[in-house]
Amino acid sequence: MIITVASGKGGTGKTTVAVSLALSLAADQQGLTDPHSLENEPGNHTHPLFLDCDVEEPNAALFLRPTIQEHREVGQMIPEIDLEKCTYCGRCAEVCQYHAIAVVGERILVFPELCHGCGSCGLNCPTEAIREVLHVTGTIERGWALRLHSGEAGAVEFAQGTMNVGEPMAVPIIRELKRWVIPPHPVNRSVILDASPGTACPVVESMRGADFVLMVTEPTPFGLHDLRLAVEVACNELGLPVGVVVNRDGVGDQGVDDYCEAESIPILMRIPLERRIAEAYSEGVPLVEALPEYRLQFREMYTVIEQLAAHEKGVGA
Amino acid sequence: MKQLVILSGKGGTGKTTIAAALAHLASQELPIVLADADVDAANLELVLDPTKREVQDFTGGKVAAIDPVKCTACGTCHEVCRFEAIIPGDEAYRVDSLACEGCAACYYQCPEEAIRMKEQQDGQWFRSDTRFGPLFHAHLFAGRENSGKLVTLVKQQARLLALDTGAVLVFVDGPPGIGCPVISASAGMDLALHVVEPTVSGVHDLERIMATTDHFGVPSLVAINKADLNPARSEEITTFCTERGVEVVGRVPYDDVVTEAMVQGQPVTEYSDGPVAEALSEIWDRIREGLVE
Repeated sequence: MIITVASGKGGTGKTTVAVSLALSLAADQQGLTDPHSLENEPGNHTHPLFLDCDVEEPNAALFLRPTIQEHREVGQMIPEIDLEKCTYCGRCAEVCQYHAIAVVGERILVFPELCHGCGSCGLNCPTEAIREVLHVTGTIERGWALRLHSGEAGAVEFAQGTMNVGEPMAVPIIRELKRWVIPPHPVNRSVILDASPGTACPVVESMRGADFVLMVTEPTPFGLHDLRLAVEVACNELGLPVGVVVNRDGVGDQGVDDYCEAESIPILMRIPLERRIAEAYSEGVPLVEALPEYRLQFREMYTVIEQLAAHEKGVGA
Repeated sequence: MKQLVILSGKGGTGKTTIAAALAHLASQELPIVLADADVDAANLELVLDPTKREVQDFTGGKVAAIDPVKCTACGTCHEVCRFEAIIPGDEAYRVDSLACEGCAACYYQCPEEAIRMKEQQDGQWFRSDTRFGPLFHAHLFAGRENSGKLVTLVKQQARLLALDTGAVLVFVDGPPGIGCPVISASAGMDLALHVVEPTVSGVHDLERIMATTDHFGVPSLVAINKADLNPARSEEITTFCTERGVEVVGRVPYDDVVTEAMVQGQPVTEYSDGPVAEALSEIWDRIREGLVE
C-alpha cells in the first residue's frame, strides 16, 4: 500500500509523522538478525519503503539517518543542436511551448532552465539536427535506515531526491525517484511518501499513484486554510481517500475538528503540543524514538488506513 | 522604492506571522504595498482582513484536449507524451489535464489532427485593501502548474502600484522551498529575510535557501523564530550566519501569543506588546536601517 503524507501548510509535522509511521512498521517485523544481509537484497522483501519527495528541502534523512548505497544523477533531457545539420529554420522554437529555444538569424540558443524535456523540438526538426542530452538538476539516492536496539530493531528501505540549488523544477526529480524505487505492485509492502508543502505540481506528483493520503495539520486558521486546499487536490482532483493527523493538538481553535466533521474526513491521530516532542524534533530524534509509546498508535493507525483504502477500492469497483 | 522578500526554505517556520507583523510595524511609518507570493497556500489574507477591490483570472498555460470523434486510438500521442498525461482507451484516448504540462508534443504528432491546445484558467489574482496598505494576492487552483508565473504577476502588480503611488517599500511574503515559485519571488528583490527555526531541519534548509538567494544575487538577513526552543541550535545558526557575513537581525521567543493572535486574525504585534512584539520591533528597526535609510 502506498501512503502519501501531505499537509498544505509547511511545518505541521509531515516528516515527523511519515518517519514515525515507517519506523513503527519496521519495528513490527520479526526475524531481523543480520541487517547487513539487506545490503544486497534484490527487492523481494517486505520492509517498509520510505521516499522523501520534498526534493527542495529534504529532511527525513536527518531523522532516519540512513546509509546510502546507491546514487544517481537525474534531470531532464534537453536539446543539443547539431550545427552541421541545423538550417536555422526556427521550427523547434516555434513548437516549444516554454520558449526554451530561440533562433535569431544564424544563431540558435537553448535555455535549459526553461526546458521541460518534452522532446517535441526533436520530433519536429525537419533535418534531425536535435539530439537530447541529460541536463542534471538533482540526485536521487537509496539505502537503508537500520535500527538494531532491542525493542526497536527494524529496517526501513530509504530513498530521497535532492534538487540542485538554483534549479526551478522539482517534478522531474520526484517522478524519477518514484520510478526508480517503487515496485510495480507493492501489495505486501508499505510505501510511505513524504511530500513537500503546498498544493502545486510537486505535491500532485507525490500523491499520484498513492492509495491513501494522510494529511498532517495543526488546529490553527493557517493549518485549516491550507488543509482544505490539500484535501481539494487529493479528493477532488485525484480521487484519493484521505485521513487527518492533528499535530500540536491543544493550540489554536476548533476549526480543523469542525471542518473534518462536516466533510466526514476521519481524524486518525492527535499528537499533543508538548515541549519534549518539539525538543526531540529540534535535535533530529524521531517521535517514536523519543516517546516509544507512540509506536502502537502509529501501527493501529496503519491498520485503520488499510481498511479505509480497501473500502475505497471496494466502492470504486 | 525597495523590495523585501520573506523566505524560509522549510515550511511553517513563521514567514507569514513575521511578514504580517513587519507589515503592521512598517505601515505605521511608511507607505507600503504587500504581496503574498505563496500562491498555492496563501495565508497573509487570514491576518490582514483584506477587502477585495479587483479580481482577475490567471491563465498560465494550455493543456491538450483530444476530440473523441476524430481520435482513431492510434496511440501516437501516448508514445510521445513524457508526462504520463495520455490515458489510452479502446475508441478514443483522453488527456489527464492535471498531468499535462502543455508541451503540445501530442498536438504536433497526432496524424488525425484530433488534438487541440486549449487555454486553461489556472487561478485568480486579487488587488485588495488592508489597514496596512494595498495587498496583491492570488489563488492557484489545486494542483496546477505555473506557480512561478503567478508569483511574478502578483509581484509585478505590487511593484507597479508602489511606483505609481510613491510607496517606499514592497513586502513580499514568499513560498517555502527553493524551486520555481521561490526563484520567481526572489527575482529583483533588494533583500531577503530568512525566517529559520532552531531545529536540525531548520539549519539544513537555511543553508539551501541562502545558497539559492546567493545564486540569484539577493542579499540576506536572518531572523530566528522560536529561538529559545533549542538555544544550542540557535547558536549554531548564528555561527553559520556570521561565517558567511550574514547578520542575524533578531531572535523571536516561543510564545503561545503567536497562535492566539492568528486565531484572532491579527498580526502578533497588533494583538500583544509582549516579548514577541518587542523582538519583531527590533527586527523591523534593523530592516529599515538596512533598506530604507
